[in-house]
Amino acid sequence: MNYIIIIISAIFVNNVVLAQFLGICPFLGVSKKVSTAVGMSSAVTFVMILATIVTYLLQKLVLDPFGIGFMQTITFILIIAALVQLVEIILKKVSPALYQALGVFLPLITTNCAILGVAILTIQKDYDLLEAVVFSGSTAIGFGLALVIFAGLREHLDLVDLPKGIKGTPAALIVAGLLAMAFMGFSGIV
Amino acid sequence: MSNIQNFTKGLIKENPIFVLLLGMCPTLGVTSSAINGLGMGLATSFVLIMSNMVISMVSSQIPEKVKIPSFIVIIAAFVTIISFLMEAYTPALHAQLGVFIPLIVVNCIVLGRAEAFASKNKILPSILDGAGMGLGFSMALTLLGSVRELLGSGKVFGISIFSDNYGMLIFVLAPGAFIALGYLIAIINRIKKA
Repeated sequence: MNYIIIIISAIFVNNVVLAQFLGICPFLGVSKKVSTAVGMSSAVTFVMILATIVTYLLQKLVLDPFGIGFMQTITFILIIAALVQLVEIILKKVSPALYQALGVFLPLITTNCAILGVAILTIQKDYDLLEAVVFSGSTAIGFGLALVIFAGLREHLDLVDLPKGIKGTPAALIVAGLLAMAFMGFSGIV
Repeated sequence: MSNIQNFTKGLIKENPIFVLLLGMCPTLGVTSSAINGLGMGLATSFVLIMSNMVISMVSSQIPEKVKIPSFIVIIAAFVTIISFLMEAYTPALHAQLGVFIPLIVVNCIVLGRAEAFASKNKILPSILDGAGMGLGFSMALTLLGSVRELLGSGKVFGISIFSDNYGMLIFVLAPGAFIALGYLIAIINRIKKA
């Protein structure tokens, strides 16, 4: 039951992009086409789960026992940067097809604040390892959901005749606001 | 470019939020009130100035291959410092900003200025560049925070402007962040064209 609450809360109620404002850069940057949005969200899902597991173990096995919790920010960002590089190299060797699909998005992920944000939130919420995996996985699904819906909306937005000043980013932001309003309808479920 | 230009370009011409569209996460996430926006802006400015200064001093010693990782470590060190300072002296603000303080590390403005400016310039221009960008960022955040606080609860910096029973709660909540920023950028686009 606990896991179901975590999943519903992370995907719908506290959606990572629309309610917590993490990962806005890729949300605005790669949402012009549905196909790139799908690629980006799969890459994020992959890295987010992996990064959360590694940073969780680092916190519990190294930082906590030695009482060096203040190194959290520095170590986490280095781990994530190294992890993204590692995934890129391994993917290139093991599965060129997958690398073709996700490759261009991987370098962008290091500066995706959703990854570091989820890693820190997991520690703050005091989850155990399995809960952390469920939390990061469902957060990533929530990210993908918001990104794909938003990309679909933006494909239509391109065809609309808008005043000059509002065309482009302003229009995208206002649509994102309306989408966030729709997601607010989920609040109170859990 | 003169030192004065290094400072002033971040304010309007290359304003990180309204023109360059960098650092969107804290911009939207913490601006539910003017004071939160200002606090976040000042914290980011501190990190920008200090990291620009240190990076301009050491960048000639850092090998090309490990440039970005070393920059990130320097930035992360200053983020940790400001996080502890805020926890000690402004605990309420620290609690309000929450996870967005450690996330200054991944704010594209900081790494962007380190890479694009500080690594190629001397100390004084780098400090001025950091200060200008930081001030531009703080101004944008405070403006957005004030607009949202005014529309959402009729106050600015906690001082009542409209009567007490006024309030469009939606502007304090998540959707209001997107909508308010969208319209602010639209207005600025319009002014720039005119």
